[in-house]
Amino acid sequence: MMTLTFEDFPPGHFGTFGPRRVTREEMLAFAAEFDPQPMHLDEEAASRSMLNGLSGSGWHLCSIMMRMMVDGFIGRSASLGSPGVDEVRWLAPLRPGDDLTLDIDVVEARVSRSRPETGIVTFKALVRNAAGQGLCELVSPIIVARRAGIAAEQAG
Amino acid sequence: MRFFEDMQIGQWREVGSFTFTADGIKKFAGQFDPQRFHLDEAEGKKSLFGGLAASGWHVASVCMKLMVADAQRQAKEATARGEKIAIWGPSPGFRELRWIKPVLAGDTITFASEVEQLRPSSTRPEWGILHARNTGTNQRGELVFSFLASAFVPLRSSN
Repeated sequence: MMTLTFEDFPPGHFGTFGPRRVTREEMLAFAAEFDPQPMHLDEEAASRSMLNGLSGSGWHLCSIMMRMMVDGFIGRSASLGSPGVDEVRWLAPLRPGDDLTLDIDVVEARVSRSRPETGIVTFKALVRNAAGQGLCELVSPIIVARRAGIAAEQAG
Repeated sequence: MRFFEDMQIGQWREVGSFTFTADGIKKFAGQFDPQRFHLDEAEGKKSLFGGLAASGWHVASVCMKLMVADAQRQAKEATARGEKIAIWGPSPGFRELRWIKPVLAGDTITFASEVEQLRPSSTRPEWGILHARNTGTNQRGELVFSFLASAFVPLRSSN
């Protein structure tokens, strides 16, 4: 399969990925290691929290979105990494057994001024549960090699 | 943990340190971010990172881990003093997350948090909204990670 380069990410809707089921076990395992707050670990405490029931860590949800992006397209792209995340909004809680679907839009694509053999593609990722409710929206730039850059690397 | 009324803009606190091992980096990446420069030393060396680099989400998750541990320590101390403990609410999100420099295998990152903004919640009167700049600095004193976090913090007057 051809490696996806900067040129393959024009602004607009890029694709929909998933579904990916999130089990109670993996939710609890992530929370135990990285985010052991009662609302993510303890059914009883969670039922009294603002989220009204056991919910996954927002960092777990972001990490799952990353995995869905790698499986969906970053893994077969000439991605060179990301400088950061402009914004994350946790819209609704992640629940045990949720089946996640990820929608990816390219918000902006521009050639890098400092490294013209690469481009910066800014994605908007929205993850929804099976009912279609948005759980998390993330806007993040990724550095991707341009086709000419790949060709030069292969020739060199 | 502290109540909303106990917080002031500019309050700074070191929350803890963590050493990223090659095994830990590969384990997290294998699960959540299986890109070659997070999984293999040689690929990392060839990449823009210049070595086996932790997934940015691994760095962020470790920051959360240390912040929760720090909050739990503070809560324990407050309980021992006979004080009432604030149970913080969830976070609506964050902004301006920057992976400024790579975190490579063997790096020790020290995380800190500084209060940047405090305002009452307009929709939930018993809560305030905190914005804090959370940062990570490596063993050479270089800033490697930063983001502007937000969270619901309960008001003492409503508890």
